[in-house]
Amino acid sequence: MSEIGEAFRDGPALIPYITAGDPDAESTKAQVRALARGGADIIELGLPFSEPIADGPTIQNAIQRSLDAGMTPQSYLDLVADLDVAVPIVCMTYYNLIYQYGDEPVRAFVEAAAEAGISGLIVPDLPVEESDDLRAACDEFGLDLIFIVAPTTKGERLDRVMEQVSGFVYVQARLGTTGAQADVSTQTHDSLGRLATYDVPKAVGFGVSEGHHAREIVAAGADGVVAGSVFVDLIASGENVTSNLERKARELAEGARTGFEQRVPRPERT
Amino acid sequence: MSDSPAKFGDYGGQYVPEVLMPAIEELTDAYERYVLENEDGFMDDFRARLRDFGGRPTPLQHAEQLSARYGTEVYLKREDLVHGGAHKLNNALGQVLLAKYMGKERIVAETGAGQHGTATAMAAAHLGMDCEVYMGRRDITRQRPNVFRMRINGSKVNPVDVGRGTLKEAINETMRDWATNVEDTHYVIGSVVGPHPFPRMVRDFQSVISEEARAQIREKTGGLPDSVVACAGGGSNTMGAFHNFVPDEDVALYAVEAGGSSLDVDEETGVAPNSASLSTGSVGVLHGARTRLLQSRDGQILESHSISSGLDYAGVGPELAHLVDTGRVTPVTVPDDAALEAFHRFSQEEGIIPALETAHAIAYLETADDLGESVIVNISGRGDKDLESVLEETAKRDLANAPEMGVFE
Repeated sequence: MSEIGEAFRDGPALIPYITAGDPDAESTKAQVRALARGGADIIELGLPFSEPIADGPTIQNAIQRSLDAGMTPQSYLDLVADLDVAVPIVCMTYYNLIYQYGDEPVRAFVEAAAEAGISGLIVPDLPVEESDDLRAACDEFGLDLIFIVAPTTKGERLDRVMEQVSGFVYVQARLGTTGAQADVSTQTHDSLGRLATYDVPKAVGFGVSEGHHAREIVAAGADGVVAGSVFVDLIASGENVTSNLERKARELAEGARTGFEQRVPRPERT
Repeated sequence: MSDSPAKFGDYGGQYVPEVLMPAIEELTDAYERYVLENEDGFMDDFRARLRDFGGRPTPLQHAEQLSARYGTEVYLKREDLVHGGAHKLNNALGQVLLAKYMGKERIVAETGAGQHGTATAMAAAHLGMDCEVYMGRRDITRQRPNVFRMRINGSKVNPVDVGRGTLKEAINETMRDWATNVEDTHYVIGSVVGPHPFPRMVRDFQSVISEEARAQIREKTGGLPDSVVACAGGGSNTMGAFHNFVPDEDVALYAVEAGGSSLDVDEETGVAPNSASLSTGSVGVLHGARTRLLQSRDGQILESHSISSGLDYAGVGPELAHLVDTGRVTPVTVPDDAALEAFHRFSQEEGIIPALETAHAIAYLETADDLGESVIVNISGRGDKDLESVLEETAKRDLANAPEMGVFE
């Protein structure tokens, strides 16, 4: 089992997202340690791209702060290599950066990512249709390639996407882009229902910001919770950042655990 | 990979968030049925509306002064005479009609110079659809008349404040709206860019330009032109003007890009002071397609520049990139100053006020080596929308052929 798969073994996984280099690389290291202390099981570390079409304003602004501070793909990989936490790191970025890195499109980035200690990739503008090259490179260097399933992904298309998933499937909780929301969308429950028969960890993200969201999502059958904008907001406020990140992570992890205990056991599949 | 309908050689593809893929599959299916196979008489309906609402066919006009000036027979394909004042209506009408056939209820669009937004607003009003247009804040100030026209046609114009507030940012924002409202909304992309099937579909809607021009020049001269010249931002009027001439190997095709103030890139500031992605860009992935882009070595997209907001974009259509790689299309550049000079000269000598985009194509005639005995220039749009920009930019320069600027104060 991959490092990422392991993270789901002992109960629900908390997967926080932050943008690397927001506001600078040294701060990111402290933020990652705080999230790990707060109970993060996997950390999604964003590599900033200038055109983040799948992200909402919160993360877009974080990406801008990071780019303004000079973050590059190389300094990102150096930063990851310097991290001293046991939590697996997933790189979330857009395809053009993976394509442009080094001399050999796609493969050079994945090789460098593996060397830096990255366990998996999420590329929100890369549907399964275009993923052959990245899939091959991830297989070669032992990275998980995590795909997103949207509320609009149904029927035969869902099968096609699920065939390609490794590590975990990122269940997009609602239509639209990333951003903290006040409630859990009913689309989440529908999506988890459609995914119930697939034997791969399911982590729900897009809009998760409170402990009770995490509880409801895990109680509904999710194996993990992804939360990004809520952490990025805490970083943007600039006040007591590391202690706030740790506290928020603990709140979400606790919510997820409570949800797991409340979960109505599903009948064994026949 | 090159035999995939989603690709042009290695260019094209579908690089978009998963949430949009089902809508893109649905659109691909609708494109194949309605556009390619004329299901339910869609193409007949489209052609009739292009004629009666759009004012097609547009003339192919012999330009007497230009012919004398350049020693070659110059023909103008008058897309500025299409309803709304630009070729943009061909595509906007096609897509809004297609959305209606698909049962969609809402239209979103992005716009740079405002011509595509205006065309979409007009088509949406004509066909009774709700429409919202995203436009960069900077472009809103540069192109106020078009903002008014969109609003007057009943569309909502949403300013985009991110980045430099131009076309690139407006596209990002429209993609986000589409991702949020994908179930009942169609995104009318304004050029031959974006994920498959947009580059092909927009080209098909625009190819009426070269279909007409090819027949018209044969009628006038008994043969084909030696060259066709069109300006290229995203490349929709370019592909429209070129498409039916692509198999005619003896017809030279020139895509005129905005050379801006310089062809050099300032990597430090992340700015390319031009919009010449075919001439100076490199291969990458932006807004749904693999194509040629203005980007840093790391793959961050650069801010582009052009005096013409309609050309001010860091990417270009994947088919055009492919035709350049295979040698069929020759990319050339015209700087801001030359485009402005051509704007004034053409207005004075031919009595046609061209869009600043179009002025780039006209300016190329001034420096071209050998266009042969006859050339078609695609007059992609009229310049009324650009008058404020033209006055402001002319006042900054010492142009020999500019009108007396004092009369505008």
